[in-house]
Amino acid sequence: MLTELFGQDDAAILQRWMDNQLAGSGFRPDRISRAELQENATQFLSAFRRALSSGSTDIHGADWAAVRHVLDVLSASRAERGFSPSETATFIFSLKQPLFDRIRGLHEKDGVKLADTTWEINQILDKLGLYTAEVFQRSRDAIIARQQQEVLELSTPVVALWDGILALPLIGTLDSARTQIVMETLLQRIVDSGAAIAIIDITGVPTVDTLTAQHLLKTVAAARLMGADCIISGIRPQIAQTIVHLGVELGSVVTKATLADAFRVALQRTGLAVQKQLPHERKPPAERDRTSGGSEA
Amino acid sequence: MERIPILKMGEYLLVTIQVDMHDRVAMTLQDDLTARIVSAHAKGVLIDISALEIVDSFIGRMLGDLAAMSRVLAAETVVVGMRPAVAITLVELGLSLTGVRTALNVERGMELLRRRIAEQGRDGAGSD
Repeated sequence: MLTELFGQDDAAILQRWMDNQLAGSGFRPDRISRAELQENATQFLSAFRRALSSGSTDIHGADWAAVRHVLDVLSASRAERGFSPSETATFIFSLKQPLFDRIRGLHEKDGVKLADTTWEINQILDKLGLYTAEVFQRSRDAIIARQQQEVLELSTPVVALWDGILALPLIGTLDSARTQIVMETLLQRIVDSGAAIAIIDITGVPTVDTLTAQHLLKTVAAARLMGADCIISGIRPQIAQTIVHLGVELGSVVTKATLADAFRVALQRTGLAVQKQLPHERKPPAERDRTSGGSEA
Repeated sequence: MERIPILKMGEYLLVTIQVDMHDRVAMTLQDDLTARIVSAHAKGVLIDISALEIVDSFIGRMLGDLAAMSRVLAAETVVVGMRPAVAITLVELGLSLTGVRTALNVERGMELLRRRIAEQGRDGAGSD
């Protein structure tokens, strides 16, 4: 009996549904255009009609695959655009009113049939609404997982400051998963570059608690086992206070307030020095330096 | 039975671990090395573990012990060529080998040994 729902004047259902969506709170003109919404609705209705005509009401069955596909695409795209779960589910729930009206028109005289059909279509729409919310949640989770991975990769660069001097500017909270990656990246770079000194800069680490300190010390110990000395730099005044208040023992690790101080120590240890040249000692600039200087000015 | 060779180069001893370190092999190495330091009057010991892929707590402790024994026999010890994975494992096991000197490779290790022994020579001469 659900098959009778469609067949005549489907455009009216679509029109009422669109009106409902546009009037409701689920419509976000800043995130989705009217034309796109119309296209989504048309696609869904035609798939929905075909699924209903199969006679099956199990929305996880093969007959409903096309409907599920439309909803998958729709939910995933809405999750990416920052819709809320209820805004996404409203897409389905706002279809109830036009369909109930249609049922009332069809079975106006038969109260029992009216109630039965309404109940049946209501159940299907509820299931579809829940399905949409589920897909939405899954897409969100996938986005979060991907972003976590990206942040992890972005936040552990190892840069060479000089021959044999590496710097590891840490940004963000240092948990065990990140420590593991930081450690692996640093040790591999020590092997690749043959560096003797590594500077771990924690300017970008918001808080240092006992666990973070332990992770830092582990990294320092591992680097030392590979024959590289570590200097911890970028210790802000508050962090120095926290470290002492917590009773964290940094042991024999050399710590400096700024990366520049740490770099100076590193240069000293490798027997290098930076010297200021007096004006008369400067060599005349080479030909290409002059031309590039001219273009910059 | 497997034995780890100990090579003598001037006043230094070079130990290159290239086989899987079973516990027995490790114990034999301790005996051999201490005996050799005494007989060769070695001033420095270089232990190259660049071929060592797997360590457990026993081998980790043994490395620390070797260094401590050599120190007692007045020979500087440097462990060189530790792989990143091995270093991470040792740290996770809580064995950071605090008393052991380390270097990235044999070349750096030799340099470190020479420098340390030269310093000791100077210090010894100064205190006499």
